[in-house]
Amino acid sequence: MPLATIDSREIHVDDEGFLTVYEEWTPGLAKILAANIGIELTDEHLAVITFLRDDYPEQGQTATLRRVTNAGGFPTKQLFQLFPKKPAKKMAYVAGLPKPVGCV
Amino acid sequence: MSAVMEAPIPSFGDEAPTDRKLAIICSKGSLDMAYPGLVLANAALSEGVEVHLFFTFWGFDIINIKTMAHLQFSPVGNPATHMPTALMGLPGMQAFATHMMRKQIEGIDVPDVPEFLELITDAGGHLWACRMSADMMHVTEEDLYDRVEGIINAADFIELSDGAQIIFI
Repeated sequence: MPLATIDSREIHVDDEGFLTVYEEWTPGLAKILAANIGIELTDEHLAVITFLRDDYPEQGQTATLRRVTNAGGFPTKQLFQLFPKKPAKKMAYVAGLPKPVGCV
Repeated sequence: MSAVMEAPIPSFGDEAPTDRKLAIICSKGSLDMAYPGLVLANAALSEGVEVHLFFTFWGFDIINIKTMAHLQFSPVGNPATHMPTALMGLPGMQAFATHMMRKQIEGIDVPDVPEFLELITDAGGHLWACRMSADMMHVTEEDLYDRVEGIINAADFIELSDGAQIIFI
């Protein structure tokens, strides 16, 4: 499923619904993506998402939880509170990035 | 009208209340045998799975504050090193092999043991120590990493791992 609509905008996504084109993401879209998975986006969420967005082009891959904690300065506990249960995947989804590939 | 479909929403399994639970028994204290349990625990936690790590026998080295940062890798009798067995027992070989493995682990940005335990407990993982091993080795809670929740006996472990999938390492 390459092209789909989110909030009546045409967006490229994969089979699961993760965005596949970095540039198509907007903060407005993040709000909708977050709402899709039951998260009300706050400034705290956005700070994490902004780190992920900025880190991705530099690293060429989505930051793992550990990287978000160590390089981004967001405590692991906070990430579990903001994005319950599956923080790494949920953050990636809201940030319009692929799922992280690293094991740790 | 556009024929483009509404984008799917990934399933993060939130609808189904997960009762999945993992109990990992860590019975080895060498550097190479410490990591599988730590990596799996961390991965399971970030998938929303409840995780208990039970440290027993040589696994105590992973949570003993004196040893946890200094686990060793022994190449003796390990064909996977692809080196002549006769050389592996030479003086200095274990230190060298350990040094190499630490560098490789660090090279792929995987944390050392103390940081890994911090990460796991921050993510909600539970650490337990085995009563019999503690008694045998004359180890008390003061000797153990402060995030170990308690020294428990075998029956306690059987109780807390009720309904869990168990991995023995």
